Amino acid sequence: MSKSFLSNKGVPFIFAGWWLVWTFLQWNILLKFGISETEAIVDSYLSNIFLGLSCLLIINNMRYYLPKKEKYWYVLTVSLVLSFVWVIVLKLLLGIIFKNDTAYLNILSQSTTLRFGFGFLMIGCISTVSLLWFTQQDFIQTENQKRAVEQLAKDAELFKLRQQLHPHFLFNSLNSISALIVSQPEKARHMVQQLSDFLRGTLKKEEHVLNSLNEELQHLQLYLDIEKVRFGHRLNTVIQVEESARLLQVPALLLQPAVENAIKFGLYDVIGAVTITIHATIQGNSLQIEITNPFDEHTSQTAGGTGFGLASIKRRLFLIFGRADLLTTTAHNHIFTATILIPQKNESTYY
Amino acid sequence: MKALIIDDEPLARSIIKEYLTQHPGIEIIQECNDGFEGVKAIMQHQPDLIFLDIQMPKINGFEMLELIEQPPAVIFTTAFEEYAIKAFEAHAVDYLLKPFGKERFDKAIQKWMETKEKSANNTRQLIDAVVASTGQQNRIVVRENGKIKIIPLADIHYLEAADDYVKIYTTEGYFLKNKTMSSFENSLPKDLFVRTHRSFIVNIQMITRLDPYEKETYLAVLSTGKKIPVSKTGYLKLKEVLGI
Repeated sequence: MSKSFLSNKGVPFIFAGWWLVWTFLQWNILLKFGISETEAIVDSYLSNIFLGLSCLLIINNMRYYLPKKEKYWYVLTVSLVLSFVWVIVLKLLLGIIFKNDTAYLNILSQSTTLRFGFGFLMIGCISTVSLLWFTQQDFIQTENQKRAVEQLAKDAELFKLRQQLHPHFLFNSLNSISALIVSQPEKARHMVQQLSDFLRGTLKKEEHVLNSLNEELQHLQLYLDIEKVRFGHRLNTVIQVEESARLLQVPALLLQPAVENAIKFGLYDVIGAVTITIHATIQGNSLQIEITNPFDEHTSQTAGGTGFGLASIKRRLFLIFGRADLLTTTAHNHIFTATILIPQKNESTYY
Repeated sequence: MKALIIDDEPLARSIIKEYLTQHPGIEIIQECNDGFEGVKAIMQHQPDLIFLDIQMPKINGFEMLELIEQPPAVIFTTAFEEYAIKAFEAHAVDYLLKPFGKERFDKAIQKWMETKEKSANNTRQLIDAVVASTGQQNRIVVRENGKIKIIPLADIHYLEAADDYVKIYTTEGYFLKNKTMSSFENSLPKDLFVRTHRSFIVNIQMITRLDPYEKETYLAVLSTGKKIPVSKTGYLKLKEVLGI
């Protein structure tokens, strides 16, 4: 249930003031018809107090019940009925109070139609304003709910995209550790350390927080070190980062999946040694990260497509920055390049 | 007993070697880094048993097995591959999920010893079952004159049955593959390849027109000029895919 606009600060005073003004005007007009001052005051006060009460009744009524269909007919009918009742009650009441004053009763009788018209306009106006106000409240409320639901869905999706840390990676790393335990226990222990640090980093990061590139590179290095234990004989990485770009911001855990994707396609698409390059530069207002891997145009399992890894990165970039053009890929001379642009802002979080 | 280890990770191979030292009857004749080396080594040594990883460079473990006419018994060693588990259970000697321990490994070896005779026959069925359960393929791997060739689907014109083989016609001529028409029909993308006839599967992007032939049958004319027979049921399937 929405609050009435009367509960807004200052509005009750305006409402009361409004009726005082009309009371004053009515009093002045009545005086011109040559009735006594007491009669004019009692008449105008009673009229406007009752009219004000009628309006309050309508406003309050609308708090609980807002017609969905034919709302204008509703306003019209209610205004007609209420103003009619108002005139009758007023006439009876004033007729009893001043029952001996024929001159006044005469004027009261003559002004009935006019009073009815005035009451109808007043009640109609106020109830229309009230109706519009409540309709708008309703709209804002639905809108807020919709936004909350969308936000929840977005968070869930981001979470899911981030969760796609490949179980393959985990199980294969554990297998490597298992192999090292007997032959090189020191190295096995070191790898357990690296894997734990990497997993901890993955778990603690919030998906829509921006981290410095430097921080993300450290996390990436852990990943690369582990992959090198597995594929050391084949995997080379070259990381070039413009010094001033190190403090720029990137969404948490965006870089590592992009590199993981490059490594996966590099290693599984080519026989022999594979070099992955990561190149970070500042381009105007954005941080640009280029990741390249060798691939075979003819036999690539993804047939030139971006593969699932990049599709999910693209989706994440879209959810965070609202732009679909931040990830581009090119492929020629057996080199696949994924270019990620990250617009720089000063806030630490978006939304 | 001769065994072969095919895995692209040296550490993964070393753990199998380590476990095998307890089984003096099994000799490791070679270690292979990828499917290409694997095919060569299998041809050369005719091993009794192979330990095979699935995710490997260029061609995966299943594709490698497809290239061998009489595949040996296979124990898969793989990280979690949910989709293939059912097929493994039905037809592989065993599958070891990485990382696996010594006891589990010994059990797999024991299982192989017990079922040695029939396990090699099962490998062929296994491949078909895996292909069926993993869904559509996006390329076909063939072997010709000792060389392995990967054919992207877009390069295929049509497939024709030829006894126990299927002839795969491409821009560069045809390749033979020891597989059934129905397994191709199941594994090729249904919106691109249609089995127009008992003995033909056509890449619909190659079709330029359909000519009426004898009662209710047609001939599909490919952009190369080749005419492919279309049966009555084949025509119905074509109509559905082409939306005519």
